This record gives sequence, C-alpha cells and structure tokens, in this order.
Amino acid sequence: MKIAVLSGKGGTGKTLIAVNLAALGHDALYLDCDVEEPNGHLFLKPKNPKEKEVFVKIPQVDNELCDGCRKCVDFCAFNALAYVKERLVVFEDICHSCGGCVLLCPQKAFSEKDKPIGKIVSGSWGSVDIHSGFMNVGEASGVPLITELLSIGRENDDALTFIDCPPGSACIVMESIQDADFCVLVAEPTIFGAHNLSMVYELVKLFDKPMGVVLNKCRRGSPNPSEDFCHENKIKILGSIPFDTQLGLLNSNAKIAVEESPHFKELFSDLFEKIKEEATK
Amino acid sequence: MKIAIPANEKDINTEVSASFGRAPYYLIHDTQSGENTFIENTAAQAAGGAGIKAAQLVVDSGAKVALSPRLGQNAADVLKNSGVEIYKSNDKSLKDNIEDFAAGKLSLLDQFHAGFHGHGG
Repeated sequence: MKIAVLSGKGGTGKTLIAVNLAALGHDALYLDCDVEEPNGHLFLKPKNPKEKEVFVKIPQVDNELCDGCRKCVDFCAFNALAYVKERLVVFEDICHSCGGCVLLCPQKAFSEKDKPIGKIVSGSWGSVDIHSGFMNVGEASGVPLITELLSIGRENDDALTFIDCPPGSACIVMESIQDADFCVLVAEPTIFGAHNLSMVYELVKLFDKPMGVVLNKCRRGSPNPSEDFCHENKIKILGSIPFDTQLGLLNSNAKIAVEESPHFKELFSDLFEKIKEEATK
Repeated sequence: MKIAIPANEKDINTEVSASFGRAPYYLIHDTQSGENTFIENTAAQAAGGAGIKAAQLVVDSGAKVALSPRLGQNAADVLKNSGVEIYKSNDKSLKDNIEDFAAGKLSLLDQFHAGFHGHGG
C-alpha cells in the first residue's frame, strides 16, 4: 500500500507525519519526493547511505548532418530548440528530455548526452528503507528524480510505502502522487491553510484518489478554517495534531516523536490505524 | 533594413509591449520602404520557452535590429547568435521609437534578465 502525504504549502507537517508513520510501520518504505528540499533523512537517519546519480538525456546535434529542415524546432513543445545562422541551438535548461527531436530527425543528426540533475540517497533506519531525492541547485525540474524514486516503490510493490511529497499542486506533486493508493492531506488551521488545502484537494480529486485530511497545529477552542473546509466538502478528517510545544521541540531537534514519547506514539498510532482503515475501504 | 518591435496592438501609435517573448504582435518596420507590417507572435501563449520561439520568429522575419524595453537571456542568445542588434526602447509609441532609433537616440540593450519562467513578470 502506498500512502502519499501532501499539502498545498510548505511547513504544514508533511514530513512530521510521514516520518512518524514510517517509524511505526514494520518494514516500511519511505520515499522523499520533496527533491527541492528533502528533509526526511534528518529524522530517519539512514545508516550507510548509498548515492546514485540521476541523469536526463539532452539532445546534441551534429551540424554537419543537420540540413536545416527545422522539423525538430516546430515539433518541440517546450521551445527548447532554435535554428539560427544555419545552426541548431539546444537550450538545455528548457529541454524536458522527451527525446522527440531525436526520433523525428530525418537526417539522424541527433545524439544524446547524459546531464546529471541530482542524486538519490538510499539507506535504512531500523526496518525502514529510506530513499531521498536531492535535486542539484539550479535545475528546473525534479520530475526525473521523482520518477526514479517511484520506480523503487514499484520494485517494492508490497511494502507499506510513505511518499513524502513536495508542497503545492504543481507538476512535481502530480508526479509524486500518481502511484499512491491513498492521499493524506495535511492542513494548517488558518485561512491561508484552508486556501492551500482547497488547491491540493482539487488536484487529488482530479486524480480520483481516495483521500483524508490531517489537521495539524490545532488549538482547542480556536476557529479552524481547514476543518470547516473539510465539513463543507465532506472530506474525511483522519485526525488532529495539537499545536504543541513539546512536539515542536522534538521536531526541531530532528527527533522522531513516536520514539520519544508514549503520548505521541499513541497519537500517531491512532492516526496510522485510521489511515489504514480508510485506505483499505 | 528591418526593425522588429514587440507590440500590444496592431497600431504604430500604441506603445511598445513590456514583454518581448509574450508580446501578442511584432511590428516589422522596413527602413528602406517605410513599410510597417505586424506579425502575430505564435509563442505568446506558450507554456514555456516563449522567448526562444519569439526570437526565432523575429530572426525569420529578416529583422537586423530589435527594439525592446527588456529581454530574457534565452531570447537574447537567439537574437545575438543571429546577428540581430538589440536596442532599448523607450516608453513612447512604436512610431516614435522608430524615429528615435533612426536619430540615434536609443542605446544598445546589454543587460538581460534570467527569464521569468512561469514566475510572473
């Protein structure tokens, strides 16, 4: 079973929830798809981490073979190619590595080179297998790293898998949730939080995935616009995590709350059971 | 010689478009004949790489000079590789900019932004 943890904004508690649930699961798999700022490894500290570089294919043209037909320029949906002064120019940062130009070229003028865009760091913490994607600074898209992480998930299809998603509702989030059997949406109790929840809710609905919400940073007796949003849209509330100094302290010291306190172990265990119950419905 | 200027409307009395890559039209002015032609910028609505495709259109129009208030690095690379000279336009009309260019009042644009790439601008 694959459970994606996502939210419309950063700092809501995706990693808090994902690492604590993974720590409770036996032989769980944890995939950190937040490749722009992966931080799960700060909590689930992998032993003997192994690194694997991830590359994308970038077309290179042999201008001796190119006859200037421009079929590739017209084809490129990302406008990564230009033909000027009888030479083809490839804009590497714009290229999405679809390979279309290479297939299309009647002159077979293209070859491809590997361009590194980041790495996957893999290791284990107790019985949890951790794989984190790290995108190189300055790269435009982390999607190829996420694809690589998901392929690890597919190789371990039977494992209880937690996919720690990037914040927001952009391409990299869509990529991250595609294999998920269930989506856990984490939301803050503010108007801004409810707005971001609504965006990510729309996205998950588009993908037709079953989902539920975890309300984080809740204060008793205070209004919670995210909770209201769930009621209005009949979204299952999986649980609430209080706005708690002790939890904040544990988290800011990179501790796993369920390991440190029976109280939090109980709180996350209840959440874990609720998610399993909903996900297997 | 042909001059290309990004335009919001097909009217030489309107001002220069603030964006090069996403301007809806380009005015192509022929200095020999005095003829003004507006071409549509088919890159204006592109999801990405608009500057590259737009610069390709301008190069293909045969323009040797482009006037623009600002320009992204990718568009600048395409134009410069093609030998198109880029001058900084002012906030007056398209027509006035052509006259100012002819009178030598415009300076070369030599600073390019990294591009907005989906982040507004």
